[in-house]
Amino acid sequence: MPEEKPITPAESGTDIDRRSFFVKLGLGSLSIAAAGTAAFSYQFLSPNVLYEPSPIVNAGKPENYPVDSVTLDVNSGIYLVHAKEGFFSLSAICTHLGCMTAWKPELGIIACPCHGSKFYVLDPKKVPGTKIEGPAPRPLPWLQTSLSDEGDLMVDRSKQIDPMKFLRV
Amino acid sequence: MAKTIANYFEELRGTRVWRSVFRSGTGSSTLHRSLAIQQNVFLHLFSTKVRTRMLSFSATWYLGTLTFGTFLILVATGIPLMFYYHPSVPQAYADTKDLQFVVSSGLFLRNLHRWSAHAMVFLVFAHLFKVFYRGAYRPPREFNWVIGVVLLLITLFLSYTGYLLPWDQLAFWAITVGSNIASAAPVIGNKVHFLMLGGNVVNANALLRFYVLHCMILPLIAILFIAVHFWRIRKDGGLYVHQSEPKTVAASAAAAKGAQ
Repeated sequence: MPEEKPITPAESGTDIDRRSFFVKLGLGSLSIAAAGTAAFSYQFLSPNVLYEPSPIVNAGKPENYPVDSVTLDVNSGIYLVHAKEGFFSLSAICTHLGCMTAWKPELGIIACPCHGSKFYVLDPKKVPGTKIEGPAPRPLPWLQTSLSDEGDLMVDRSKQIDPMKFLRV
Repeated sequence: MAKTIANYFEELRGTRVWRSVFRSGTGSSTLHRSLAIQQNVFLHLFSTKVRTRMLSFSATWYLGTLTFGTFLILVATGIPLMFYYHPSVPQAYADTKDLQFVVSSGLFLRNLHRWSAHAMVFLVFAHLFKVFYRGAYRPPREFNWVIGVVLLLITLFLSYTGYLLPWDQLAFWAITVGSNIASAAPVIGNKVHFLMLGGNVVNANALLRFYVLHCMILPLIAILFIAVHFWRIRKDGGLYVHQSEPKTVAASAAAAKGAQ
């Protein structure tokens, strides 16, 4: 009976035998397929088009806002403030966990009902939006405010600007 | 001798139709009773034999079984609720109110679903505490403890995703706050937030995603893990009862031998 002689890598002249080559090829293809599936799944789950409200809000005519007034628009989540220096708008979304804050005229501050963060808004010595107390990690951001050709105040909620940049009308 | 109900049942068990379904057939020997468990797709997860002590109330307070019971109630009440609920922004809240005030037995089903959900969260925690303070998480059951923690998380996610579905103010702000907690995670936080809501704000996409997670994905994952959890009880030596543990038995045997 002829003795079966296993082909060792050294004899076949390569450092890898046929079986382990195919195992590696198979595992390699499966890994690439798995990575591709993960990438496609991620892309599939990220919407390319969002049917969300436009970030640009028309806040109406400047005359509607008397000096030293703070006006909250709950639908768009912004404050339109007419300070002595001019107009500006603040995001009304608390920087802590995204609750809608509220203007407290009796205290002259903005307060969040969820976890008690408080912010300055009309204090002459403080930058509006700065935190007074509470868990909010950042001040309320200033949003880009401009005047449209028709003379309406336009607020772009997607663009944050540096504080103390007032819009003079 | 008059035939008793037991006789009739025994006869039924001998019929060809019955035996085609339940293969163990007539008889009540240990073998037959073992086969009845072993050859049933649902029961074969469990041991064919258990100590009476393991089934006593004091051993587990039945907390795991009660948790599973609430899960079954949630499935049984959740599916009928799906017939009347549309996961869309204009309809979700109105459908919830319809279920309460218009649909026959809708209020009963919705309340049963809600109370069972609360009970399930409570019972899962109670079960974990019981297992923890009994020391039942220790080897050889350590992996079943891990599965149990996964099931706790699934329960909490089910509870959280279900919370959005009534689409009222409470739901909206709870999910706003909850999803913002996810975005606090370093590096990937904002991506996770975006994927979870399918957008930047809690809106139509978020409602649909939470609905699919709540009604399909999470329950299926839960069933999978529950099956493994039950099967592991058998594989890890049955329910934990201190007196029946191999170590305790060996120690008491040694003590008895020493006393002789």
